[in-house]
Amino acid sequence: MIPSQFDYVKVRSVDEAVAALTEHGEDAKLLAGGHSLLPIMKLRLAVPSVLIDISGIRDLSYVRVEGDEVAIGAGTRHFELERSEVARTEVPLLPHTAGRVGDPQVRHRGTLGGTVAHSDPASDLPTALLALGGTVVLQGPGGRREVPVTEFWTGFFETAMSPDELVVELRVPRTGTAGWGYEKFTRRENDWPIVAAAAVQGRVALANMGGSVLRASATEEALAGGASIADAAALADQGTSPTADMHADQEYRRHLARLLTRRALEKAAAA
Amino acid sequence: MQVSITVNGQQRTDEVEPRLLLAHYLRETCGLTATNIGCDSTSCGACTVVVDGLSVKSCTVLAAQTDGSQVTTLEGLSGPDGEMHPMQAAFRAEHGLQCGFCTPGMVMAAIGVLADNPDPSDREVREGLEGNLCRCTGYHNIVRAVRAAATSGPSAGQVPQAQEVQA
Repeated sequence: MIPSQFDYVKVRSVDEAVAALTEHGEDAKLLAGGHSLLPIMKLRLAVPSVLIDISGIRDLSYVRVEGDEVAIGAGTRHFELERSEVARTEVPLLPHTAGRVGDPQVRHRGTLGGTVAHSDPASDLPTALLALGGTVVLQGPGGRREVPVTEFWTGFFETAMSPDELVVELRVPRTGTAGWGYEKFTRRENDWPIVAAAAVQGRVALANMGGSVLRASATEEALAGGASIADAAALADQGTSPTADMHADQEYRRHLARLLTRRALEKAAAA
Repeated sequence: MQVSITVNGQQRTDEVEPRLLLAHYLRETCGLTATNIGCDSTSCGACTVVVDGLSVKSCTVLAAQTDGSQVTTLEGLSGPDGEMHPMQAAFRAEHGLQCGFCTPGMVMAAIGVLADNPDPSDREVREGLEGNLCRCTGYHNIVRAVRAAATSGPSAGQVPQAQEVQA
């Protein structure tokens, strides 16, 4: 399978990327690792006229502590996040989840900013980020702005970004030794989750239970009110709208959401 | 557009379409057909090559993205006298293949496994090769081959340096 024709522009800085986005408009797409974009271009589900390659912007790749938060450059590849000592110490849910994305070859290419911007409801790292809280830092012609993760993923492949912005950084609270859990159900080890649940500090996020990654609000409220893990997890599918596909029907996904939420919460509590 | 890529130690410059995939560049532009295209959708790993020291699936990388990079395919593993790379030798000795279609990608991914972990357990080999499918299901001997290669020294986890290939 071969993508349709496009023009290829390589940029060396965030400013160049923003200028290229401004120049080419909505027909342009950013290319980082390309492991979400190129497969859908090969299927002609995406037909951008211009690809702006941002993988050469080296100062977008870092993991560092800044005050109460960990700041992660959008160009950080999954395997770099997985191995980051700073991330393992300060926010261990994130490097663990990075290590569950795809397979080693995919993790060598895919970037955190890319998976955040792509907004696939079945993606691992946005689920972990949503459970952690924090902000997505965007840059556009008007400068930088921050969007809370709770407001960023608005629907199926839709986000709060405008077409002339790019993700430059993710900021998450330092969780240190707080317990956490990430439970992912797949047919094969390198698949997307049929359903996944991330839990940390009383917050729970779910993958593939609706048009975007979402929080298990009923479970969180029950936990805050003193409910047991089993009772709270039994509410995990409330307010979700899973789809049916060849892997699972809606009721099975709801079952998985309840089960994986309980397991993730139990792991978090055992830490 | 023009790309300049070092393939198996030899720098070359080619005129390519931006949409040309690295797998097609290697097979059709360079004539290096060891790299197989299996699923063509980032699942099976048959097209795995090493780019700048990291295993990647070449069906999901544009040739343009590797401009200025070092790319190693299975053809680049053996020495100038035809001597096999330790990983190739181990796959041969342990019969780590059946039909052979997945083998080039499996060998390239396996080198990456040892680069990360020079002495992996069976389970670690299996996890490290999670992105490579053998539809003959010949996994036992593949795992045995990778573990055998691990005992042969650090070169089993390395691709030849460009200079060595050129010499």
